Amino acid sequence: MGLLDKEFSDDNIVIAKVDDLLNWARLSSIWQLGFGLACCAIEMMATSASHYDFDRFGVIPRNTPRQADAIIISGTVTLKMATRIKRLYEQMPDPKYIISMGSCANCGGPYWEHGYHVLKGIDRVIPVDVYVPGCPPRPEALLEGLLKLQEKIRNESLRTKSA
Amino acid sequence: MKNPEEIFDLLKNEFKEAIITFDKDTPTEPIILVDPHQIKNVCLFLRDNPELKFDSLMVLSGVDDANGTKVKDEDGTDVINGGTLSVYYHLHSVYLKHKITLRVSTPRENPQVESVESVWKSADWHEREAFDLIGIVFLNHPNLRRILMPYDWEAGHPLRKDYKNPEFYQGMKVPY
Repeated sequence: MGLLDKEFSDDNIVIAKVDDLLNWARLSSIWQLGFGLACCAIEMMATSASHYDFDRFGVIPRNTPRQADAIIISGTVTLKMATRIKRLYEQMPDPKYIISMGSCANCGGPYWEHGYHVLKGIDRVIPVDVYVPGCPPRPEALLEGLLKLQEKIRNESLRTKSA
Repeated sequence: MKNPEEIFDLLKNEFKEAIITFDKDTPTEPIILVDPHQIKNVCLFLRDNPELKFDSLMVLSGVDDANGTKVKDEDGTDVINGGTLSVYYHLHSVYLKHKITLRVSTPRENPQVESVESVWKSADWHEREAFDLIGIVFLNHPNLRRILMPYDWEAGHPLRKDYKNPEFYQGMKVPY
């Protein structure tokens, strides 16, 4: 029997720092808002599907912002949609995280000059934690973005304010 | 099956001066120019006449002809005065396998066209789009409000050639 088994069977106590425990729990079960906007959403769905399997990092879609930890802005944000996204974001409980996926959500992408209806970057409306470049980003890139977010959560502390 | 000349002759006999011209020299297809206030009656005839039977409005599109005079305003951008806005109707008969294109032109300062929503239901959202993006008012449309842009968009109609995008919308900066 291993060392950890013995710990559990003897007295059911494992010693860890509160920060580490909370961060570990948070980063291992990032529930994302089930939400997609444009072609990036197709790549996001591919990332959720069996081949890339978002679920192995604890990411599953939730269908209400009230139970979501993260929101992936996957696609072109029109001005009309931006007001709705802001509202969804405000309905999410803290701590909440945002991944901006693809050129459109990062900075307006191909619509930067003549897109009269496009918000030139979702960070004009809500604070972004991780930017994933690409048009659209491949599933590997989105996974890399998620790992970056996990890294960020791992280094959070109760004493300092998070994003 | 009828060719565009035969369709034009049928319409001319029925409607006289409401059918204005027949333009054969366009690079794509012949286009019949119609009076914007008679377009609904013309379309009803095209749909119901047994020799025509246009049962399908393939697409209805608004166009800014930009054929007025261009004037510079105080910040140096062009404003178009006068000229026309147009609506194109691409019709198809599934029964008789023929097609025709209609066009109406209406003055830019007071663009009014009779709605054909009561003739083909597919015109409903197409007319709302032409209203939203070009600013053509369709008379007797049951629900003429914006379809793509936000309902509270106040900066005008984005596909007009002299459109100017606003600096802010609901506190969000619009330009890059």
